[in-house]
Amino acid sequence: MKLTRRSLLAASAGLLAMPHVARAATVVDAAGRSVTVPERVERVFPAGPPAAITHYTLQPRTLLGWPRANRAPELAFLDPEVGARPELGRLTGRGNTTNLEVLLQLKPNLIFDIGSTARTFVETADRVQAQTGIPYALLDGRFDKIAESYRLHGQLVGEVPRANELANYCEDIVRTCQSRVATVPAEKRPRVYYARGPRGLDTALGGSINIETIEFMGAANVAGQTRGGLASVSLEQVLAWDPEVIITIDQDFAANVRSDPSWAGVKAVRDGRVHLSPKMPFGWVDFPPSVNRMPGLIWLGTLLYPNLFAENLTELTRDFYTRFYHRTPTEQQIASVLEGRG
Amino acid sequence: MSGRFGALGGSALGFCLVIVAVALAFSVGRFPVNLIDLGTAVWSGVTGQPSGLTPAAEAVIFNIRGPRVLAAILCGSALAVAGAAFQGLFRNPLVSPDILGASSGAALGAITGIFFSLGIVAIQGLAFAGGLVAVALVYVIGSSIRSGDTVLILVLTGVVVGALLGAGVGLLKYLADPYNQLPAMTFWLLGSLAGTDRHDLLPLFGPIALGTAVLLALRWRLNVMSLPEEEARALGLPTGLLRITIVAAATLVTSASVAAAGIIGWVGLIVPHMARFMVGPEFARLIPTTALLGGGYLLLIDTLARSMAQVEIPLGILTAVIGTPAFIWLLTSARKSWS
Repeated sequence: MKLTRRSLLAASAGLLAMPHVARAATVVDAAGRSVTVPERVERVFPAGPPAAITHYTLQPRTLLGWPRANRAPELAFLDPEVGARPELGRLTGRGNTTNLEVLLQLKPNLIFDIGSTARTFVETADRVQAQTGIPYALLDGRFDKIAESYRLHGQLVGEVPRANELANYCEDIVRTCQSRVATVPAEKRPRVYYARGPRGLDTALGGSINIETIEFMGAANVAGQTRGGLASVSLEQVLAWDPEVIITIDQDFAANVRSDPSWAGVKAVRDGRVHLSPKMPFGWVDFPPSVNRMPGLIWLGTLLYPNLFAENLTELTRDFYTRFYHRTPTEQQIASVLEGRG
Repeated sequence: MSGRFGALGGSALGFCLVIVAVALAFSVGRFPVNLIDLGTAVWSGVTGQPSGLTPAAEAVIFNIRGPRVLAAILCGSALAVAGAAFQGLFRNPLVSPDILGASSGAALGAITGIFFSLGIVAIQGLAFAGGLVAVALVYVIGSSIRSGDTVLILVLTGVVVGALLGAGVGLLKYLADPYNQLPAMTFWLLGSLAGTDRHDLLPLFGPIALGTAVLLALRWRLNVMSLPEEEARALGLPTGLLRITIVAAATLVTSASVAAAGIIGWVGLIVPHMARFMVGPEFARLIPTTALLGGGYLLLIDTLARSMAQVEIPLGILTAVIGTPAFIWLLTSARKSWS
C-alpha cells in the first residue's frame, strides 16, 4: 500500500482512537450480563418504546430514532429535531420488526432495552449482540426500578449527572406518593375499574403492567382478584363490582359513558368519577410502561385522594415536560393534555 | 333417509333446547338476577307499572343480558343455518360458513377498523362489508375460471382468497400498536358477545331474518342442489342462479353474525351434523332444526363464557374446546347420517 497523506492521517486517527477503545467500560446490566461499552457512546439504538422514551429524556442527541415514528400531535411536545428522527422498528416484545442489516447500517455503539429481564429478552440480547458485535444492555422496566435504571443508564451512556437528577426527581414523586398513600386505611381506598377499548369492557387484571400506576397508588382494582394481563369483562360484571372510580384511556368511551343508560347504574358514572387519562405525547397511566407515567401518579393522587394531593397539575405538567421532554408546553397544550385529548 | 326424530320432533327438541338455554342464561351470571326478576321486569314493561327492581338489575335485564341472550341465539342460528346450506350446496360435510372467505373478509374489515381507531359502529360495518366483499370476490374469480368442477373451483378459490385475507390480518396485527390496538384485535378475533347492547340487535336481526327466509323459501331446491350437478340440471333447475342466491343468503347471515360477535368457529360445522343426525338431510326439516339447535347451543356456550370466571372466556376458544370432542363423537356414531 502506498503511503499517502490520507492513509497516514487515518492511521494516526486510529492510534488516537485506540486509547478510547482501551478505556471501554464494562457495566453489569440489570440481567447480570457484563456489557462492554465504548467510552464515548454516540449512537444509541432503543430496542422498544420504553427504551426510546427514557433515552430521549436522558440524552436526546444520541438517540438514533423511534420504534414508531412520532405523529404530529406527539411531535408538538418533543424537541422538533429529535422527535422527528426516523422509525426503526422494535427488537423486543412480540416479535422483532427491526431488520438486523438495517441496524448494522445505523452503526450504533449501544443497543439497549428497558423492560423485562426474563429469559426471552436475555437470549434476544445475547443473540443480537453475538450477531452484530454491538453491545446490548438490558435495564429493568419495573416501576420501583425507574430511578435505579436511570442511574445504570447514565453509566452506560456517560451521562451520570443528568441521570442522577432525573432519578432523584422520579424518586421524589414515588416517595411522596408512597408516604401519602400509606396514611390511607384500606377501607378508605377507592375501588377502581380501569376501562380500555371503545366499549370500556377491556380491563387489566391484578399485577398487570397496564395497571401498575393505579395499583401503586393504593387503589383497589376491582378486577384485581384474578391475576394476569388484559382481559375482556362483561358490563354485568362491572355492575356487580360497582366501582367508585373509573379510569380510562379511551376517548370514545369517556365521551359516551355518561349518556349510556346501560352504564347509568355504575356508582362511578352516577358520581361523575369517570376520568380520561392524559396521553400526549406518551400515556400517563398505562402505556408505554416508562417514565411518562410519573406525572400520572400525581394525577391519580388528585383524583383518588383529593384531600391528600393538592398539587397544581398545570405546574406539574409544565415542569415535568420541560425537564424530561426538553420542551416547555404552552398553557393551551397543557390544558389539552390534562383533558386527555389525543 | 330420515333421522332418529320426525320433522316435528327435531324442531320441538331444538325449541326445548332454546327455552332451557334462555332459562339458564337468566339464572346464572356475574350480576345476581334470576327468572323471577326477568318475569317481573317484563311484566312491568308490559303493564307500565314500576317493577320494584333496582335500576342496575333493570339495566342488566333490558340493556345487557337480554340483548346478549338474543344476540347469542341469532348468531348461533345464523352460523348453523349458513353451515347447513353450504354443506348441502358443496355436497361436503366438512364445509363451514367461512368456506368462501366470509369470516376472513369480516376479520380483515374489523381489524382495519381497529387499526385506524374507528368507533364500534364503523368497525362492525367494516366487518359486515368485508364478509360480503370477500365472498363476492371469491364468486367472481371462481366462476370466471371455466375448467373442471364448478363447485370444487369455488371452494378452492375460497380457501386461497381466505388465506390472502388472513395474511392481510397478520400484516395489520404486525403493524399495530402493541399496547393498545393489538390486544383489541386479538380479543376481536377470538369472538365475544361481551359488548352487545340493544343497538346491535337490529343490524343483526335484519340480515339474518332475510337470509334465513330466502334459504327457507328455497328448501326444496336446496335438496336438489345437493345432488350432483348433472342430476339437478336434468331436473330443469337453473343451477347457476340458484347457487348464487344460496351463497348470497348464507353469506348475508354469516357476515351479520361475524360483525356482531367476531370469529366463532365450529358452530356452523357441528350443529348441522347434529341436526342431520336428528331429522335427516331433508332441508325443509333441517333448516328449522338447525336454526333452533344452533341458537340454543351458542347461547349455552355464551352463558358459560360469561359466568365461568370474572373475566370473559372467548367464545372461539369455548366452541373449539367443546366442539372438537363433539365432532369426533359425531364422526364415530353418526357416520351414516350423511346420505
